[in-house]
Amino acid sequence: MTPPAPPLIELEGITKVFGTGDAAFQALRGVDMQIESGDFVAVMGPSGSGKSTTMNILGCLDTPTSGVFRFRGMEVQALDRDQRSLLRRRYLGFVFQGFNLLARTSALENVELPLLYRGEKKSVRRAAAMKALDQVGLAPWADHTPAELSGGQQQRVAIARALVTEPDVLLADEPTGNLDTERSAEIMHLLQELNRGGITILMVTHEAEMAAFAHNIIHFRDGLVERIETGKDA
Amino acid sequence: MFRMFGATLLLAMREIRRHLLRSFLTTLGIVIGVAAVVTMVTLGNGVTASVQNQISSLGSNVLIVLPTRGSGSQVAWRPFKEADVTAVSEQIAGVEYVAGSVSKNVNAYHNGQVWQTSVRGADMAFLLAQSMQVERGRGFTSAEESAGKDVCIIGQKVEQQIFVAGIEPMGETMRLANVPCTVVGVMKERGTSGGGQDEDNQVIMPLKTVQRRFTGNNDLQYFVVKYASGYSGTAVQDALVQLLRQRRLLQAGEGNNFNIIDTAQVNQAVSAATGALTAMVAAIAAISLAVGGIGIMNIMLVSVTERTREIGIRLAIGALAREVRMQFLTEAVVLCCFGGLTGLVLAFALSFGLSKAIDVPFMFSPMVNVLSFLFSALMGIAFGYYPARRASRLDPIEALRHE
Repeated sequence: MTPPAPPLIELEGITKVFGTGDAAFQALRGVDMQIESGDFVAVMGPSGSGKSTTMNILGCLDTPTSGVFRFRGMEVQALDRDQRSLLRRRYLGFVFQGFNLLARTSALENVELPLLYRGEKKSVRRAAAMKALDQVGLAPWADHTPAELSGGQQQRVAIARALVTEPDVLLADEPTGNLDTERSAEIMHLLQELNRGGITILMVTHEAEMAAFAHNIIHFRDGLVERIETGKDA
Repeated sequence: MFRMFGATLLLAMREIRRHLLRSFLTTLGIVIGVAAVVTMVTLGNGVTASVQNQISSLGSNVLIVLPTRGSGSQVAWRPFKEADVTAVSEQIAGVEYVAGSVSKNVNAYHNGQVWQTSVRGADMAFLLAQSMQVERGRGFTSAEESAGKDVCIIGQKVEQQIFVAGIEPMGETMRLANVPCTVVGVMKERGTSGGGQDEDNQVIMPLKTVQRRFTGNNDLQYFVVKYASGYSGTAVQDALVQLLRQRRLLQAGEGNNFNIIDTAQVNQAVSAATGALTAMVAAIAAISLAVGGIGIMNIMLVSVTERTREIGIRLAIGALAREVRMQFLTEAVVLCCFGGLTGLVLAFALSFGLSKAIDVPFMFSPMVNVLSFLFSALMGIAFGYYPARRASRLDPIEALRHE
């Protein structure tokens, strides 16, 4: 009998208050959720519902005002800035709505960037970056700078950059927000494929079509989890 | 750690290359600052060396005694006499020898050429005390000196002007005014004296000859006292003042109507003065270096603001605050080092050219160069730290939202 493995991510009574005194704004009012390893979760909700704040906390970019945040069974809500950086570096990959690639820097170098902070040597960085670019189908564009790539291609470079460290979780903040329908579908298929490969994906979106690619959809409203749609198997 | 540093360095170089013009303008302050400091110090050292050279050419352990009018007196300028020299050499302890000199402007004639020059009456002892050397030929013999023979040693300029190039003038007879003389030697080149006189444009004859045939009396324009190295210049000087006051019949309370120059003292004073001047000019130049540092800080702050999003990306993918700080600090230091190096190259060219132009020795000082370079790197750290810290403290969420 082995004890059941803890969920990959566990939030218990997470609150977040911005500002103080009269200007204080309570963005989260006690969020609870569990995400198992291998999940593909979409987070939806109107703006101001707390979905972005939750994502920032899950991405260890921000800390909750109160509550417990467990990552792989370990409480991380009280980690300091550098410890959170190290956690991001080791376990998390980020994909943003605005791609956020370094300008005038080749796709390959963009993808290599996280490995640089891990202190990998150049040959290792190069090989891993090429592999990640190949995974997103952009190996032939390795030498191109973001300006020479289409929006869809840029987002795929960003995904390769998130993948290159082989993270446990990929956090995607409206990854298709700046793309047309066709490119959006391509990106979603890519994410689906990666999820099948074992990576856990958390995605914020406001488009039901994109959320439909996920296993579970968590709906936010007024700083709380409103409801969870489950059971959609890919 | 080392790998990270190498990568940071490459990154800094790339950022600088990306904004080449801006980087250049940014470092201009440092370039000018370093160039100014190094040039000033190098030139200052050159001037000091040149002045010291001139002063030590007056000889060491030598006092130069000149007649003056005396303070507030209407009395005429009173020359020294041969007897004064004899008294000094006999009555003052520590004096090795005393030698006087006179000079007069004359025309020199030879082979149909005329040249305006001066004739100096001086014996070998005088030349020795003043470190004047015979380059070719010979000096005067003591027989020639005591008999007042018509022999002469000519300066290089005189040789160039009235003798045929390539033919040794020794043994030739030339004429000074209407006095014929035989050339026995040529002086070593000496340049312009501290008093502004061109010492290469003169003809030297034994003192007695000049007194007899040119000035018509046994007056001395001035004389030099060489004292033994065991004696202090001040003691000899005091004794000299006493003796000369007595010989020149000065009452107590009356000012000296002569002046004694101690070359060692002059040397010290002049060195101290030029050293202080160099330090002051270098300090003024250092202000421009500090102003240059402020320029670096300004541009680094602009750069941090411009690259807020980039910083956000780096932080989001796991860069530590100190890694971001290091990145921007490295950029500032690399900029300053480039500026410093450019400044050193500029300073080398400038100080080389200027020292040639003002005719002082080029005194390249590795110490000053290394220190200035290190100082410019230090400026990078000092003025790059604040912008770098600001970059490292950005909130990744805010930074990523920055447009």
